[in-house]
Amino acid sequence: MAEYVLETKNLGISFGGLKAVQDVNLKIAKNEIYGLIGPNGAGKTTVFNMLTGVYQPTTGTFYLDGENLTGLSQEKINHKGIARTFQNIRLFNNMTVIRNVMVGLHNLPEFKCGVIPTILRLPKQYRTERAMVARAEEILDIFGLKELKNTLACNLPYGKQRKLEIARALSTSPKLLLLDEPAAGMNPQETAELMDTIRFVRDNFDMTILLIEHDMSLVQGICDNVTVLNFGTTLAQGKTDEALADPEVVKAYLGDDD
Amino acid sequence: MNKILEPFKRISWKYLINYIAVAVVGLLFTVLTFSSGLPQSTLFLLEKITMNIILVVSLSLVVGFLGELSLGHAGFMCVGAYIGGKVACILSESIDGDGIVSFLIALLVGAAVAGAFGFIIGLPALRLKGDYLAIVTLAFGEIVKTVFANSSEDTFGGSMGLRTPRFDKQYLFIIGFVLVLITLAVIQNLIRSKHGRAITAIRDNEIAARATGINVTKYKLIAFVISAIFAGVAGVFYSFANSTVKASVFDYNYSIDILIMVVIGGMGNISGAIISATAITYINTELQTLLTGGAAVYKDIIYALILIVIIIYNNASALKSFRERFNLKALLKKTKLFNKTRQGYADDEGKWDRVPTKIDMDELLSVDVNVVESIKNPDKEEM
Repeated sequence: MAEYVLETKNLGISFGGLKAVQDVNLKIAKNEIYGLIGPNGAGKTTVFNMLTGVYQPTTGTFYLDGENLTGLSQEKINHKGIARTFQNIRLFNNMTVIRNVMVGLHNLPEFKCGVIPTILRLPKQYRTERAMVARAEEILDIFGLKELKNTLACNLPYGKQRKLEIARALSTSPKLLLLDEPAAGMNPQETAELMDTIRFVRDNFDMTILLIEHDMSLVQGICDNVTVLNFGTTLAQGKTDEALADPEVVKAYLGDDD
Repeated sequence: MNKILEPFKRISWKYLINYIAVAVVGLLFTVLTFSSGLPQSTLFLLEKITMNIILVVSLSLVVGFLGELSLGHAGFMCVGAYIGGKVACILSESIDGDGIVSFLIALLVGAAVAGAFGFIIGLPALRLKGDYLAIVTLAFGEIVKTVFANSSEDTFGGSMGLRTPRFDKQYLFIIGFVLVLITLAVIQNLIRSKHGRAITAIRDNEIAARATGINVTKYKLIAFVISAIFAGVAGVFYSFANSTVKASVFDYNYSIDILIMVVIGGMGNISGAIISATAITYINTELQTLLTGGAAVYKDIIYALILIVIIIYNNASALKSFRERFNLKALLKKTKLFNKTRQGYADDEGKWDRVPTKIDMDELLSVDVNVVESIKNPDKEEM
């Protein structure tokens, strides 16, 4: 067992000559809620995209539980244990709520069932399907979405869509959950509710969470540690309150005195 | 009593109704042909309809459920027809010429070769997105057609077409109905399974599907190959229904005809696909026999007009209330027989009918998550 769930070493990417992100060194311990913050265009989502295989980093490596995942494809990285949500929600809109979660369960070894048994409708197919429905209902129940399980995902209200996306990501049984601006577009009350959900997820799913957020009340409320990015480089790193008080960080957010 | 009925309540009628409808119609005509015999034209029509249903249902897997546009379906059918026809030719010299055995062997070989072509074409082509894939599959169909048309006379008959041993015409359509049932079984079972869910997830949001751990390439290939296999099956059936297989039949017009039937039947709607394949084939054949001589030129115009009217009727917002009041579902509801909303897991409640293919979904076509979003709403990026 490695010391950190996620460790990145000098992670960086350049598009042509533009160095979008350089030398990001994250160290996230188990059961930690870690914040990745920074002004617009700082490269936070780019870091997420590298960690999930959407982009291949041009420099550096990253390790999940000590295993080097650099260069793997998106689905491989997901199988290894990193799941994510998106900045603007990406659900399977034309599928029901429960089906969205069941897609997340697709690759779990306990629900393995080949193409041939499903086409022949062997008993195994029915068993797997029933077990998947049961598990999906459990997960939906935790998120309070069980009553809505037969609703189309696109017909859910905004806050519930966010919840469903987190539920879907969790259904893949990840070791690390990446949340890309989970509180975007939420009012203070919804944000408070979301903070409870995130804490709940950490405690009940034994989860480590890395999140991008602009809402400082949320960051201060739940993040143990943060990394502040600006123009693709690390500005400050450490305990949330200390890092946010760093004069460099204040300058990046609020501008210089003169 | 309730305990006995329990398993039946979980049956999803949405899919079962298709088997029942096809089987009932098939049985009806079988009884008719054994009791009084059917005219040649009806047999021909039935063969054509069953063949088209196989084609439409299999293409619907790629277009409706996977959301990729394929314009090469007639190409796969062409492969099946020539290979199946050739196998039947070879077999007719050794074993019984028009027997069911040679048909089955030809069917398996033709379908397998078409499936193999689907794999070979699909492997590179499915890396392409949207309209590019459409162009590649279109080109594939044309290449296959041209290759077979220019083959030497003793291999595939060249421009004269491949002469195939004829099957007993009277009963061929029964095999057609059986093949439709097999096609329905495979494709519907696939769609209703976890693998079908993965396929529809890719259509709904490819980026999210990848992030959720779905092996997108694998599932695209599975859908593509299965679709090609059944196009091959339809091709073999064609070669048995006709005494010669001519390459010119399998041109891109035919691919587009199949696509039209899929679209009119409703994206990802199997019952719709069956109905539209039946109706459009019937209309087309009737027009062909009605309009002879000089009037034949009007056939395409009338056909096009019918298609336009259907499409407008289905989409015009002015007709919405009319549609809602008089559609089949509403009428069935009035009978109170089908009024129950079930909590079953077996059938998919997806709203397939308004699902666009990826050609309309530019944002799905790019892996470049951020770049596309920032182009689409520049001021909202990383808000």
